[in-house]
Amino acid sequence: MVYADNAATTKMSRTAIDAMLPYMETHYGNPSSLYRLGQEAAEALQSARETVAACLGCTPREITFTSGGSEADNQALISAARIGERKGKKHIISTAFEHHAILHTLKKLEKEGFEVELLPVDPIGTVTAQQVADAIRPDTCLVTTMYANNEIGSILPIAEIGAVCREKGVLFHTDAVQAAGHLHINVNEQNIDMLSLSGHKFHGPKGTGVLYARQGIPLTNIIEGGAQERGKRAGTENVPGIMGLAAALKEACDHIGENAAKVSALRDQLIAGLSQIPHSALNGDPVHRLPGNVNFCFEGIEGESLLLLLDQAGICASSGSACTSGSLDPSHVLLAIGRPHEVAHGSLRLSLCEWNTQEDVDHILKEVPRIVAYLRSISPVWKDLASGKKQFML
Amino acid sequence: MALYTETVMDHFTHPRNVGEIPDADGVGEVGNAKCGDIMKMYLKIKDDRIEDVKFETFGCGSAIASSSMATELIKGKTIEEALAVTNKQVVDALGGLPAYKLHCSVLAEESIKAAVKNYYDRNNIPYDHSKFPDCEHCEGGCPMV
Repeated sequence: MVYADNAATTKMSRTAIDAMLPYMETHYGNPSSLYRLGQEAAEALQSARETVAACLGCTPREITFTSGGSEADNQALISAARIGERKGKKHIISTAFEHHAILHTLKKLEKEGFEVELLPVDPIGTVTAQQVADAIRPDTCLVTTMYANNEIGSILPIAEIGAVCREKGVLFHTDAVQAAGHLHINVNEQNIDMLSLSGHKFHGPKGTGVLYARQGIPLTNIIEGGAQERGKRAGTENVPGIMGLAAALKEACDHIGENAAKVSALRDQLIAGLSQIPHSALNGDPVHRLPGNVNFCFEGIEGESLLLLLDQAGICASSGSACTSGSLDPSHVLLAIGRPHEVAHGSLRLSLCEWNTQEDVDHILKEVPRIVAYLRSISPVWKDLASGKKQFML
Repeated sequence: MALYTETVMDHFTHPRNVGEIPDADGVGEVGNAKCGDIMKMYLKIKDDRIEDVKFETFGCGSAIASSSMATELIKGKTIEEALAVTNKQVVDALGGLPAYKLHCSVLAEESIKAAVKNYYDRNNIPYDHSKFPDCEHCEGGCPMV
């Protein structure tokens, strides 16, 4: 099997599993308990916090462990909104192609009376610091933009956006779920006030995440019920999960350069190979791009059938087609970069990690063109395009 | 548990009657590329009987499987029998579809009707127009899922 859906989730690393096991088998104490078994767990938790803080360039106090990227995103936005409304500031700036953990939370805030401005995304899927600067108003309480897009892999100029926000005195949050462990992060250098990440995107466990919030930014609880995480996130800490996350993040950050070099070389072969398919187009920024992300639209076919046939060929991938999500519309990300509905339905995302091989790439490059050609051969849409009855869009 | 039944996967990976009939007596196309699925059905009709049927589909696995199954259900049948095929029969023959994929079976039923209607129109055969409602998603919005 070729696993090429690492943006969805990753296989756990041996390092992460080994870091977790003792906290399930022997060191299973509750960190809030005062006996030694509990205090050992509390010490482990502290060491994990220090590890994560070192990876982000912040202090351990600024780290809150959560159940994942979505919870971290929710808490960051709600917290910033509460800070804003206390000062009478109720304008929030974000982008049109954020993850739904951001977009849906913003919708909720809109219903509470916040004004949300989603910056348009350009055709390669980026947003400039100038756009952010132009959008900031005296009543802006938060700018939230993702570090890198989960579907099309575009990397945003986070440090520049952060600098603009810092200069204007506006809180800046970034959803770094796709970036953490894969791209350099230093919250001080990059002027980041709040950041979300998720453990399972870099070979850590699912159900684990981190919210970084700069010291002095008061967090609003999403979950009430206890004094854990300095009172800001109730619930007995997921000690095994947190240990796994910390170990995986450290391992990823220790090898970030070599992994990126290896993975982006494989990625570039896929991009070059798939570009040979007629009437196809790469989605996302060709230069500022996540090392493992490949995303194409193929005209005249629909993404779900492509995924099912790829699965038959032993390849795990994903698509932004409506049929894969059970919703009416294709991916909001593809629509945001200007792909028409018809074309957005025929998208394919392959996301690699450092464990993918040359053989994987060769297999993908053998199967995808064959399957696209087959689906086109039975597609009335393709026939109309090929016969000139309709105009190609790609 | 897989997304689709074995029968759906069989009809998806080995679709029956796929292709075009160049000298078809009736051709029906339903769906909308914007919504992500289009079905085109070709009928060869002799003495009120569907002698041959072929389809082409742009769409998801269940759309392709539904078209394939629909062709199997009407091949060799009289026009009257073909018109009586419902989306539910397509779903049942496939061993079920996920709820949000049921519209694929509706498209399959509509493609049969659209092809027969085209045959009637070509041959100036009178028919009850109320039995051939305009398909709800040929124009405008996507079907509800």
